[in-house]
Amino acid sequence: MLEIKNLHAGIEGKEILKGVNLTVKAGEVHAIMGPNGSGKSTLAQVLAGRETFSVTQGEIRIAGEDVLELAPEERAARGLFLAFQYPVEIPGVRNNYFLRTALNAVRTARGEKELDAMEFLKLVKDKMKLLKIDESFMGRSVNEGFSGGEKKRNEILQMAILDPKLCVMDETDSGLDIDALRIVANGVNALRSPDRAMVVITHYQRLLNYIVPDVVHVFVDGRIIKTGGKELALELEQEGYEEVTK
Amino acid sequence: MPGVTSYEQTFADLEPRLKQHDPAWVHELRRAGFETFRTLGFPSLREEDWRFTRTRPIAELDFMPAEVATNVDEAAIVAHTFDDSHCHRLVFVNGRVSAGLSRIGKLPRGVWIGALSDALRERGDRVKTLLGKGVDLGTQRFVALNTAFWSDGMYVEVADSVVLDRPIHVVHVTVPGSTPAMTHPRLVVVADRGAEVAIAESHIGLGDAQYFTNAVSEMVCGDNASLTHWKVQRESTRAFHVAMQTARVGASARFSTMNICMGGALVRNDVHTLLAGEGIDARVDGLYLAGGRQHVDNHTFIRHGQPHCHSFELYKGILDGHSRGVFNGRIYVDPVAQKTDAKQENNCMLISDDARINSNPQLEIFADDVKCTHGAAIGKTDDESLFYLRSRGIPLTEARDLMVYAFASEVLERITEEPLKVRLEDDIFDWLERSRRERG
Repeated sequence: MLEIKNLHAGIEGKEILKGVNLTVKAGEVHAIMGPNGSGKSTLAQVLAGRETFSVTQGEIRIAGEDVLELAPEERAARGLFLAFQYPVEIPGVRNNYFLRTALNAVRTARGEKELDAMEFLKLVKDKMKLLKIDESFMGRSVNEGFSGGEKKRNEILQMAILDPKLCVMDETDSGLDIDALRIVANGVNALRSPDRAMVVITHYQRLLNYIVPDVVHVFVDGRIIKTGGKELALELEQEGYEEVTK
Repeated sequence: MPGVTSYEQTFADLEPRLKQHDPAWVHELRRAGFETFRTLGFPSLREEDWRFTRTRPIAELDFMPAEVATNVDEAAIVAHTFDDSHCHRLVFVNGRVSAGLSRIGKLPRGVWIGALSDALRERGDRVKTLLGKGVDLGTQRFVALNTAFWSDGMYVEVADSVVLDRPIHVVHVTVPGSTPAMTHPRLVVVADRGAEVAIAESHIGLGDAQYFTNAVSEMVCGDNASLTHWKVQRESTRAFHVAMQTARVGASARFSTMNICMGGALVRNDVHTLLAGEGIDARVDGLYLAGGRQHVDNHTFIRHGQPHCHSFELYKGILDGHSRGVFNGRIYVDPVAQKTDAKQENNCMLISDDARINSNPQLEIFADDVKCTHGAAIGKTDDESLFYLRSRGIPLTEARDLMVYAFASEVLERITEEPLKVRLEDDIFDWLERSRRERG
């Protein structure tokens, strides 16, 4: 589903990603763990097509297609979803409107028919229940005045609605208390499927107790330096990055 | 005096007929107005208040009073305004009331809504205490011109403690003819002590020709009254629109005015609000959209004349193409007006690199125990928000539109008249699409 080969990217001449190689197959959940400042979030943003970063070398393929030249919205249409570490507040745009616009844009791009307000509401209600999101939330502005937990739940709600093939979650656990973490993890687990690939980027092992990965990668200084099974996450937690990566 | 000559002739031709219909005191006003205009002429760029706005394009054309037009139908009104089916409606076409398009429902006792010309007969004594009392006929040239030439307007009177539950919609339609036409709409509103009323004012133009709308509104909001006013200016693209609006607000009243400005080639709005009693809650809001070579000048003036008043002013502009915006927000706090709480914001979004805005806050504070703030922000759409929207599959153009809409909605969401709000929200998207087409 996702193939990254020798990816180099940076900002204003400063290289941040220094040759990332990663292959994630449909049905798999991969965790990328690494210390702060190692470039994990940059990888997530580059995958989604953020133009602030320039890719200098390498390739990114989603379902076999080279996406480097594609705009963020085109990547989304092809099934990529990035759950942001810091979801953006957009005062003045109601969640309801935002989500329906996004879904219909993606559906149109995929050659599916748009949903009307009623069909959309029906789709959203179930997903909201799963994520314990109050209905009043749809009338509020996107992320405006949301608590940390609400913002993260909103990300997962969007993910559930847009039905992506490849989910990239950037520090989805940061700033969550244990209850919120469980809700978010439940939401994510409900989306696990043989057709879908997931990449979970995290700083802490804690999240991986709830979203159990198939593969764990250690990400240091702009590249993956070690790959292993789910036990690697525990090792990292107990011994620290330095010990594991020695 | 440039541009005055043709008006002298027009006034001389018109005067005998006006004199027949007007009460003597109205005629005196007209003459005084015309005298001011004849002596002072059009404002020039050398004057502080007009330094960014050239009136010459108006002065250079010989505008004649708009002729009677009868080719306006119900569909055109709704298409150019909003679904006002539950409002009382008064329509003026080329400055004259249109009985066919107007629709005043059953009114509570103590409410008078109708043409100013009728009000002069039926409510003459009261009108005399209001008409021309909120403006300065000696110095305000466009007001003077309006006073000399107005053919009709709307008069609204809501008596003590009467609540008018349905809003009033006044529509000024210009159907320009073969020669440049002018209209001088007049609006006089009084909400007496404890009364409540909401008024939507629409200015629309049908047809492409050049014309000139020169409007004057005088409002009085009595003690403890509630007056809500929205003005939506949607003149055609070659029109000139100049408007002076004044409001005198009494103690403990709630006054709210909003100025939505979308049309016209050259637009100048003056919105003057006098807080003349204690404990007033006043809102002065505006939203202006301009593209192409439109020039939109908004001058606002809030005078805190008494203590313990709260005024909040939010003006937002969206400028595209080679358009030019001017915002001048003056707040004056009298020495007695202690505990004043005044907040002013003018934020502007520049969509194109060639659009320009001059934003000028002007605070004059003569009391020492007050809270007055002002802010101006000028920006483009925020990259991070755009990326967020696009990462959800929303195409760039649509994402940009959504950001502009979000920017405007902070003003629009304050509109309590739902059909008007919904219509204006749609208008933003239409405007953006049109604006994009013009850019090519």
